[in-house]
Amino acid sequence: MNVILDLCAGALLVTALLTVWRRSQRGVVRVIAVQGVALAGLVAVVAARTGDANDLLVVALVLLLKGIVLPWLLDRRLASLGALSGVGAPALDDDAPLLNPTATVVFAAVLSIGAYAVVTPLLGDTGDPAVRLTPLGVAVVLIGLLAMSTRGRAISQLVGFLVLDNGIAAVAFFSSGGVPLLVEFASSFDLLLVVVILQVFTVRLKAAFGDTDVRRLKELHD
Amino acid sequence: MPVLVPLAPGLALLIAALVAAVPTPATVRRWAPVAASVAVGAVGAVLLTASGPATALAGVLRADSLSAWMLVTIGSVGVVSTWAGLDRDTGRGYAALLCAFLGAMSLAVVADNLGIVWVAIEATTIATAFLVAHYGTRGALEAAWKYVVLGSVGIAIAFLGVVLIYAASVRSGPTLSWLVLSGDHGLDHGLVRLGAALAVLGFATKAGLAPMHSWLPDAHGQAPAAVSGLMSGVLLAVALYAIVRVQAIADAVLGTGLMRIELAVLGLLSIAVAAALEWRQRDLKRMLAYSSIEHMGVMALGVAIGPTALPAVLLYMLAHGLIKASLFVLSGRLLAAEGTTSLAVMRALLGRRPAIAVPWLAALAGLIGFPPFGIFFAELAIAIAGWRAGLGWAVLVALGLLCLVFTALVRLAIPMLFGTPTAWTSVGPDDRGATPHGAPTGPLLPIGLALAACVVVPFLGGPVGAALSDAAAAVTGSR
Repeated sequence: MNVILDLCAGALLVTALLTVWRRSQRGVVRVIAVQGVALAGLVAVVAARTGDANDLLVVALVLLLKGIVLPWLLDRRLASLGALSGVGAPALDDDAPLLNPTATVVFAAVLSIGAYAVVTPLLGDTGDPAVRLTPLGVAVVLIGLLAMSTRGRAISQLVGFLVLDNGIAAVAFFSSGGVPLLVEFASSFDLLLVVVILQVFTVRLKAAFGDTDVRRLKELHD
Repeated sequence: MPVLVPLAPGLALLIAALVAAVPTPATVRRWAPVAASVAVGAVGAVLLTASGPATALAGVLRADSLSAWMLVTIGSVGVVSTWAGLDRDTGRGYAALLCAFLGAMSLAVVADNLGIVWVAIEATTIATAFLVAHYGTRGALEAAWKYVVLGSVGIAIAFLGVVLIYAASVRSGPTLSWLVLSGDHGLDHGLVRLGAALAVLGFATKAGLAPMHSWLPDAHGQAPAAVSGLMSGVLLAVALYAIVRVQAIADAVLGTGLMRIELAVLGLLSIAVAAALEWRQRDLKRMLAYSSIEHMGVMALGVAIGPTALPAVLLYMLAHGLIKASLFVLSGRLLAAEGTTSLAVMRALLGRRPAIAVPWLAALAGLIGFPPFGIFFAELAIAIAGWRAGLGWAVLVALGLLCLVFTALVRLAIPMLFGTPTAWTSVGPDDRGATPHGAPTGPLLPIGLALAACVVVPFLGGPVGAALSDAAAAVTGSR
């Protein structure tokens, strides 16, 4: 059981790294789908340990929302944006991150070490293998923030936001076995709506600015 | 009383659903958000007179005096913004989203569950996203994008904090109820420390505190007047309310040190940022937005000082909300009349547009802290409480910065109200090429009532004083 837990946790971190490393927008959307499935696997292990029937609902919710629905929405949006700008426009697909991939991965590694250094002492000497993994969730959160601050395209920013959110979910499952069911469902619904709204805005950005690079949003300033 | 607790968010959300689902005549759409505001405020007023806290829905909702005061604030600022700020062109989606926004804020202040508080505050972002983008211009779209992205990231950090606080309670019985958590039954100190610090930082993003304030001037500057009034007047205060609840947990577990330092730093930084940026403002609505950052900074400083300053902070929330909503609504009318909100163009308004400029001047006097308006008394009380609590240095720095803000706003307002018209001033809105939004005229009664309330409420020592001290006592669960 612990092996599966470690595998899923590892997959979470590796997919987070891939989202900051890969340039192709469609590529990172596929990676985020894999991350959603890894998160669902992790929840399943935590659920199997506690034996709570409610947790099965959470597994289904995470798998459906983060593994299937959200990546599907993003992929569909990328496809329609491609159609807007002419078939297979390469300029649309490639993102131009602020940092080059190597620097980003090094930076992400530093953030992960930082997460372990800060969070591990807070956990005390618990024997629970899941609780020991909490810093990994925090590392994923930080990598999500890194993705959001180095990526310019609207959809890449959204992927960064999803990585951030998956990291928080992972912290919740590692440290406490997950937040109460009501909060889990309500926050998932909020997440879905935020992603839908940002997608609508992405289309409008494309129409108004001719581009989805949010770094060009500089009309408002003092 | 318990039956009333779900009514505050429930009625507003019900009106939202009805307006969205059923085709209604224009008059109904125009007045639906006003009705939702009245409902929220009325429930708050009744709960305020109740003898003790009321719980509902198996303890998920709980309204104590603090919640009731917040409901009254949301309701009254809502009434001013929507009664004065809407017109007959209010669309179905627009009216429904405004009602949903009011409902989400009401839910945030009556939930006794940090997770639900979080969900409700995130829901305010969702409800207001399209309201900020309402005008559909490039500026509005840019503002809405930044607002949703920064707001969601900030609030996600708050969720991480909430998750860690929950984890801290696992050994002693997992709970998210702030009432139970602030009783400190063996919470894990390390996790509470990190969790509370992150939760406050996250909610501070939504409260518009520096350095996470960058979305605020854009969103408040681009949104329609009624929406800006509500966001500036109460949404920021609701986020600060969440901070107060998290502070109560952290203070009970760790002592007052951590929260006091974090909030004092955020507060002073906000006042400083506002002071620096007000000096070179060129846009009326952005000027008001930076003023909100400044006032939230003073309120955050008040929260940092602790329970002795809290009644003043609560009075501040109401007075600032009413005045700021009035100012945003009047700015909306100025935009409609002049076709611009550029401070370089607007001149001699007192002579040219007295119906807008006279109440605007009165509200501005209240905003920059002249007596007899509530903000003056609240600021004074916070300064005194801070001095007594040993935060004299912070009070002195804040007062110095407030003088700077005062000077900056007066410097901007004088030419706008009194100056001589320029060649540009006489150009009508149609000739500016701008699309005029809203109407240049509207009811003055709600604005008059709001300003009168700001003057009268601080002097109602008996009932208001008792309500405020009850609300402040409620934070520690003693009432």
